[in-house]
Amino acid sequence: MSRKMPEIPSASLADIAFMLLIFFLVTTTMDVDSGLRRQLPPWAPEQNDDTDVNERNIFVVLVNKNNDLLVEGDYERIENLRERAKEFMENPYDEKDLPEKEPKEIPFFGEVLVTKGIISLRNDLDTQYGTYLAVQNELVAAINELRDELAKRKWGKPYENLTSDQQDAVRKIYPQRISEAEPKGKI
Amino acid sequence: MSKFRKDGGKELPPISTASLPDIVFMLLFFFMVSTTMREVTLKVKMRLPEATELSKLEKKSLVSYIYIGEPQPQYQKTFGKASRIQLNDQFAEVDEVQDYVIAEREARVEAERNAIITSLKIDENTKMGIVNDVKQELRKSAALNINYSSRKKREL
Repeated sequence: MSRKMPEIPSASLADIAFMLLIFFLVTTTMDVDSGLRRQLPPWAPEQNDDTDVNERNIFVVLVNKNNDLLVEGDYERIENLRERAKEFMENPYDEKDLPEKEPKEIPFFGEVLVTKGIISLRNDLDTQYGTYLAVQNELVAAINELRDELAKRKWGKPYENLTSDQQDAVRKIYPQRISEAEPKGKI
Repeated sequence: MSKFRKDGGKELPPISTASLPDIVFMLLFFFMVSTTMREVTLKVKMRLPEATELSKLEKKSLVSYIYIGEPQPQYQKTFGKASRIQLNDQFAEVDEVQDYVIAEREARVEAERNAIITSLKIDENTKMGIVNDVKQELRKSAALNINYSSRKKREL
């Protein structure tokens, strides 16, 4: 047997590893980025698309520079916006001032009355982004809740557990039609 | 009186530190796997708004970021207090957004170019004027998938 090799000291290994650990702690982040997904309309140089929509089919939400909300002509608190938007999109009693419905053939459901309602959101140039996002959030939440309720009535499952075909059908009944008009200086 | 033994006659054996490197390496690997590198240093103050209807951004490789907010205190001497746009590591003007989006798109694989997502990280006190300008620029450069970055709101 030859001579034994001297052992490499491993006392400093811990220090080296600690140094690496601290380096990674400092330079990396852990947060998962999440947010509100939206789709912008494609760019069209001329905008004249506000003519042929019936007045009762539009749900007008205005936000002014003091972050006040005007919903369908009267002041509203942001806490009530979700209920108002749901009532508008659903129109359960076929009221005259809420949007029209048209029959459509939809898989799984057969012929259903689908609302023609459009939510129109307009804000001032001085509106705070936080308020704008809160309004957007409430409107998206209203439609998501309607979809969820429908999914539970039909299949007894929340919307996100449906198959993609079923989700498509539900999305056709409650489309997410939020239109954002060009902001004006003053409202 | 020799019943009493001297203090320290039988010392406590030292705790073995042989496994310390292993423990630290384990921690190290955990952090290496579960975190991502910080890409930019924020030059603007950022307090994201709260929302409930959140969806996570799954594919990080598809996402490019635009930051808007008030400059950090050390930059306020040169850039003022008005909200500014930050692209990559520097302040930018509104008309540079299109170039940025095009550059970001070019950097992606061909198959993924249509699926890119622009994440807007905007301070909640920003005025909508600048946000709208950026949105118009995004529409012009056909980057239509956007994501308003926000925090999860705690339910009451």
